[in-house]
Amino acid sequence: MSVNLFRLAALAGCVAMATAAQARDLTVVSWGGAYQDAQREIYFQPFTAATGIALTEDSWNGGIGALRAKAEGPASWDVIQVESDELVLGCEEGTIVPLDWEALGGEDQFLPAAVHECGVGAIVWATVLAYDGDKYPDNAPSSWADFFDTETYPGPRALRSGARQALEFALMGDGVPPDQIYDVLATDEGIERAFAKLDSIRDSLIFWEAGAQPPQLLASGEVVMTSAYNGRITAANQDEGRNFQIAWDAGFVYQIDSWVVLGNSDKPDEAMQLIAYMSDPENQKLLPPFIPYGPTHKDAAAKVDPAVLPNVPTAPENIDHGLFFDRDFWVDRVEDLNARFNAWAAQ
Amino acid sequence: MARQTRTTGQALGHGLLWLWTVAALVFLVAPILVIVPLSFNAGAFLSFPMPGLSLRWYAELWQTDVWWRSLVNSLIVGTGATLIAVVLGTAAAVGLAMARFPGKDALMAVLISPLIVPLVIVAAGSYFFFIPLGLTGSLLGLALVHAALGAPFVLITVGATLVGFDRNLVRAGASLGAAPLEVFLRVTMPLIAPGMISGGLFAFITSFDELVVAMFLTGPGQRTLPRQMFDGIRENMSPTILAVATILIVISILLLTTVELLRRRSLRLRGIRE
Amino acid sequence: MPLLAFLLAFMVLPIGGMLRLAISNGELGSAMPATTEALRAWDGQGVPPEAVVAGFAAELRAAREARALGPVAQRLNNAHPGDRSLVQGAARRLPDEPDGDWRATLAGIDEAWGEPRIWRSLQAASAPWTDLYLLQALDLERDADGDIASVRDDRAIYRSILGRTFLISLVVTLACLAIGYPLAYKLASLPPRIANPLTILVLLPFWTSLLVRSAAWIVVLQREGPINEALLALGIVDEPVQLVFNRIGVYIAMTHVLLPFMVLPLLSVMRSIPPSHMRAALSLGATPLEAFVRVYLPQTRAGIGAGCLLVFILAIGYYITPALVGGAADQMISYFVAFFTIQTVNWGMAAALGSILLAATLVLYLIYARLVGIDRLRLG
Repeated sequence: MSVNLFRLAALAGCVAMATAAQARDLTVVSWGGAYQDAQREIYFQPFTAATGIALTEDSWNGGIGALRAKAEGPASWDVIQVESDELVLGCEEGTIVPLDWEALGGEDQFLPAAVHECGVGAIVWATVLAYDGDKYPDNAPSSWADFFDTETYPGPRALRSGARQALEFALMGDGVPPDQIYDVLATDEGIERAFAKLDSIRDSLIFWEAGAQPPQLLASGEVVMTSAYNGRITAANQDEGRNFQIAWDAGFVYQIDSWVVLGNSDKPDEAMQLIAYMSDPENQKLLPPFIPYGPTHKDAAAKVDPAVLPNVPTAPENIDHGLFFDRDFWVDRVEDLNARFNAWAAQ
Repeated sequence: MARQTRTTGQALGHGLLWLWTVAALVFLVAPILVIVPLSFNAGAFLSFPMPGLSLRWYAELWQTDVWWRSLVNSLIVGTGATLIAVVLGTAAAVGLAMARFPGKDALMAVLISPLIVPLVIVAAGSYFFFIPLGLTGSLLGLALVHAALGAPFVLITVGATLVGFDRNLVRAGASLGAAPLEVFLRVTMPLIAPGMISGGLFAFITSFDELVVAMFLTGPGQRTLPRQMFDGIRENMSPTILAVATILIVISILLLTTVELLRRRSLRLRGIRE
Repeated sequence: MPLLAFLLAFMVLPIGGMLRLAISNGELGSAMPATTEALRAWDGQGVPPEAVVAGFAAELRAAREARALGPVAQRLNNAHPGDRSLVQGAARRLPDEPDGDWRATLAGIDEAWGEPRIWRSLQAASAPWTDLYLLQALDLERDADGDIASVRDDRAIYRSILGRTFLISLVVTLACLAIGYPLAYKLASLPPRIANPLTILVLLPFWTSLLVRSAAWIVVLQREGPINEALLALGIVDEPVQLVFNRIGVYIAMTHVLLPFMVLPLLSVMRSIPPSHMRAALSLGATPLEAFVRVYLPQTRAGIGAGCLLVFILAIGYYITPALVGGAADQMISYFVAFFTIQTVNWGMAAALGSILLAATLVLYLIYARLVGIDRLRLG
């Protein structure tokens, strides 16, 4: 008797909670921290104000596996900002779905590298070598060779967890000229060489996952230098009065992130509306003053405030040192090399 | 002479033991004592000495929407899980106390096992199990698993209050013509109430603090407080995090005090002296 | 027993389902039933007959159109990295009509389809059950002949992760014992008036959020944190010491989290030992050390056993604390269970590692139930 009463009560509670949990807003997924703060300000909140479509945000740290896990579960992510290798892999296997390019104004409005069946470029960004200028009043690190030189620059340093960019930087540190990096990586010896270089400072390495971590690691003095997304470094200087420096001359890897729609999204129309809003040059041009990533719409580039140019990877004085992320190489090798990287890092 | 050395040695031993005890207690409490003052830091750095005292991080917390939403989610899940856990745990404890049967210990071992099974196993298991049921990405699914994790606490605490429970009271109630439910509500309930409440508090704090299952089962719309804190600790270890931490410490001190008072009251009610 | 039913539904059933996933092999069977049938009957020599390959090509196209190819590609990739793109590529470039025969057509898309290896992988994926994941969890695999062999060195990580999980748990258990035993001894010998408030100090961190404590340790142990500043100020070191995001941080934080689980069982045993035993030993001429070792210590053995087992059982399942205060080389099994579930969709591997962890936990729990009795299990 009493048990039945309890069951009834429990059931009522469950039903109440279930109804509370039903509604799901359009969900946009980006890379967290200062970057997503900026996106919220110029894209997400104005979009909701303009269209009345409520947004839920999430953040992630990349990885095609994480996309697959979301695509195979119940609908929870709709619009996601992905890296270029994830774009190609996801599109091939149907994890993400083709975009309605007409809603975006046509392919020719965007940089050629920002156009793909399943995704439209969001930003041009770079992974750079960064350090705290206050800690190095003189003899600051200026090359990836310095990053691997624990004699002259003692102390822990950090890299992004995963093979992408790490292998490129290892070869830069080993003296390979930027234009030959991917030729070397195409060979097994090249891969071995990159891992051997990483292994040479294994005990001094910490790995970060979220883009917000490198400025945090620099600020707390946990590392003396780190790889970082360029915008986060400038944002930390702007927002928190830091004196973090980017060694542009050391060489950096730049690439294009894209907005995509996940295959199991049940809100494809709203998703497309949001992507179109974020691809509008009038909106794109607002981003760089908050965080210096380059726009992908051809019209937006000319409208960007010139004051922020020195901090953008594609600025004339920076771009010569940059290496464009070889999407095709990574599409073929990312899973294999990430598995190897994880096995190496976990030892 | 020999006597003399022994006393010196003994004194030395006692001194060392005291030193060790104090050091161990400091080790237990120190990290908490470090972060509470830092949460009142006027500066943004997490180091001593502090430039000044201020409530700015609490003010920031007060104004931040995501923290509020995650707090609300945690409260919903915690309350739901606690209700289920208290109902099921109490029923099981009363049932076990009244009955004697072979295999009771084995049954008890199964019922207590959620306390022992690694959380990641529970989390992964329920994740795989809930996907086809559509229970991932909902607070309901999380509350159900949290209830399973919290129920053993209720079982234990209510079980403890039933030690020394005089079953003649139930028989007396029944013989006076009361229905079983009435006997339960008017005779058994008041005696086990302290156990139900402290078990419920344990269940609540278990849910309130649980992160692993939440990571697997919740989507972006159901962030709980621990998830929000986990991201904060990893990405932006600001004094805001320490402000949240301080508030949580105050809550746990309050809960701990309540549990202790209830335990004493229960012992007194049953005439057991400590 | 509603609780039993509830636990069965939301605890035992899901965990049982997870154990099943560790040997489950149904991906190919549900996406390509005819191919699965045909491959089971195939003798495994060379490339299968044209009829089988043609059936495969038809089901490959159908699976791609139904967006059901993902799990199959994932399953093959789990056994042989690179097979995902092989399968996806073939499905994408498959012509409507064969160019000659289907065997030649597939081999024209990628020469791997002309070799026996991929077909044997498909055949392995057509069996109802697989030992793939359990073998992989022990750094083993089946080679071309179906014999069990060790995997390549640069992929062999799970044995060392299992070893690390047990090592960390052992070190933490011993550290808890070393710190907790004298602490409990002192608390037990003090009058309740002083001992009770001090016991609350032991309980306080116990009921403080795990995340709060992990955050606290990061602050305390970081390079510019109070510990390093004190060490520098005292001249003990001239360079900040790395205390967090490495193994030291994991040991310190986990010992802190688990110490109460050691102190409480010890305390309850020690409080039941009459002080007269020690006094008797001393009055009979034993030195304090002798009296302690020969009279007191043996009586606390049950408490030591209970505390150590409990701490060890809880330690091997730890995930959050090492994830926050450890580095990449300090992660334990739980981390990889989560990794394979959330970061990649290799559920078989997650389930296999989870099964090993669960088995270890249950064995220790049984020992605990035998030696200590579960009615002594009190977490508060």
